[in-house]
Amino acid sequence: MREALPLMWRNIAERYNLIGTHCATCGSNYYPQRKVCPKCRRKGQLEGRVFPGKGVILSSSQVFVSPKGFEHETPYWLAVVELDNHAKLLTQVVDSADDQVKAGARVEVVFRKIYEDSHEGAIAYGYKFKVVPGGK
Amino acid sequence: MAGIIGYGVSIPRFRIKTEEIARVWGKNGAHITSGLGVKEKAVASIDEDSATLAVEASRRAVLMAGIDPQKIGAVYVGSESKPYAVKPTASIVADALMAGPDLMAADYEFACKAGTAGMQNCLGLVLSGMVDVGLAVGADTAQGRPGDALEFSAASGGAAFLVGSKNVIAEINCTYSFTTDTPDFWRRQHAEFPQHAGRFTGEPAYFRHVVSGAKGVMKKAKTKPEDYQHAVFHQPNGKFPERAGHMLGFSKEQLQTGLVTPSIGNTYSGASLIGLAAVLDEAKPGDRILCVSYGSGAGSDGFDITVTPEIKNKKPVVSVKQLVADKQYIDYGLYVKHRRKLKSL
Ligand SMILES: [Zn+2]
Repeated sequence: MREALPLMWRNIAERYNLIGTHCATCGSNYYPQRKVCPKCRRKGQLEGRVFPGKGVILSSSQVFVSPKGFEHETPYWLAVVELDNHAKLLTQVVDSADDQVKAGARVEVVFRKIYEDSHEGAIAYGYKFKVVPGGK
Repeated sequence: MAGIIGYGVSIPRFRIKTEEIARVWGKNGAHITSGLGVKEKAVASIDEDSATLAVEASRRAVLMAGIDPQKIGAVYVGSESKPYAVKPTASIVADALMAGPDLMAADYEFACKAGTAGMQNCLGLVLSGMVDVGLAVGADTAQGRPGDALEFSAASGGAAFLVGSKNVIAEINCTYSFTTDTPDFWRRQHAEFPQHAGRFTGEPAYFRHVVSGAKGVMKKAKTKPEDYQHAVFHQPNGKFPERAGHMLGFSKEQLQTGLVTPSIGNTYSGASLIGLAAVLDEAKPGDRILCVSYGSGAGSDGFDITVTPEIKNKKPVVSVKQLVADKQYIDYGLYVKHRRKLKSL
C-alpha cells in the first residue's frame, strides 16, 4: 500500500484537476500544494487555484526499473513539466512517441489511472501528460 | 426545445489488427476481416479504463459546450466494464469535471445501450425543468475471451453528450425504446468474460430490436427513411448496421459517416454515441439524424434529431476522424499485457 486511503481521498481534487497553490503576495505558483510560500514566508498569502493543463517539458527520463507497483508500465517516461503559469511538476508522459518526449515539447494533461493497490483495492486516478505534436 | 449542447469522444491510441489476432489463433485473417467488416480495433492501455475514457470524453464535451461545469445537474455513466463492481464511475466523472457536489449521479447498466439510456434520462430532466444541463456518457473497455469470436471486435472507447435547452446544436425531437427479455449476451457476477449465444445474437436480438426501435421512433416522429441525411445504428461489427439499414430502407450513403466500427472495433456503450459524434462533426444545419442503439438483454433506444444553426458556432475539441487517425499499432503480446489477459498481470 503506497498511500493510506484517507490521504488518497484528500488528494482527489488536487490530482484530478491540477489544483495548486498561488501566492497573492509574490505571484508564485506551486504544485503540489504548499502551506508556506518559500519566498514570502509569513507575508505570503496562499490560495488554491486550478492550474492550466498545458505546459512544456523541461527535462525527461525513461524509466526501465520501476518502483514497486509500476513494473508492468516499464519502460515509461517521467518528466519535469513547466505549466503555462510557471509552476513545475513531476509527471508521467504517456501516449507519445519516444522521439517526441524531449525538452521543449509542448504537453497537455490527460486523466489516467495512477496506481491500484491490488486487483481488489481502491484505484487512484489523476494527471499524466502527453505530447501535443507541433503544439503551441 | 432540448437537445445536445456539446459532445466529446475518447478513443485509446493503441490499435491491434484483426489479422494479428487471427495469426495467433491460426485463423484466416483476411477472411475474418472481410466477414466482420472490422480491420482493426482500439485497445486501452494499462492505465486506461472506462472511468478515464469517460472523464476524457466528458472534459471535451464541456469545453465544446463552453459551459460552467457547475451548471451540470445530472451525470449518468453507462458501461459494462466498470472499474469497480460496486462504486460509481459517475462520481469520478463529476469530480474530475468539478461539476459537483450539487448534482444527481448514477451508473447505468444495459449492455451496449447504457449510454443512450442516460441520454434519455437527461432529456427528461431538462424538459421537465429539473436540471439545466445533464451529462450522459457511454464508455467501455470491452473484453473478449482470448480465442473467442468476440475478441476480434471487443474494443475500447467512450463518448459524452451534454443535454440542455440553451445553445442547442442538435435538437432531440423525440425518443422511443423497444425492450424485451432476450438472453443473447451476458456476464454473471465475478465472471471475467461475457458469454454470448452465438448466432442467436443476430435475428431475434440485434436485428429485431434495432429495426423495431427505428420503426418506433420514425412512427412517433412521423418520418420516413428518406427524411434523414444520416442514420447511426449500434455497430457491433461493420456488417450488422448495414444490414439493419437495408432492412429499414436506408442507403449505404446515409450510414457511411456514422459507421466507425470498421476502424476502431466495437466500443460497446460508446459505439452508437461515437457514431453520432462522427455524424455531428460533419453535419450541417437542418440535417436530420436517426440514431438507434442496441443493448443485449435486450433493447434499443431510438432518437430523432435535427441539427440547428448553432452547430456553426461549436467545433469539437478533437474530431472523431482525428482520433481514429491518431494511432499506434501493437502486437498480440503487448495487447495481452495492456488488457491484462494473463492471470499473473
Ligand atoms: Zn510568495
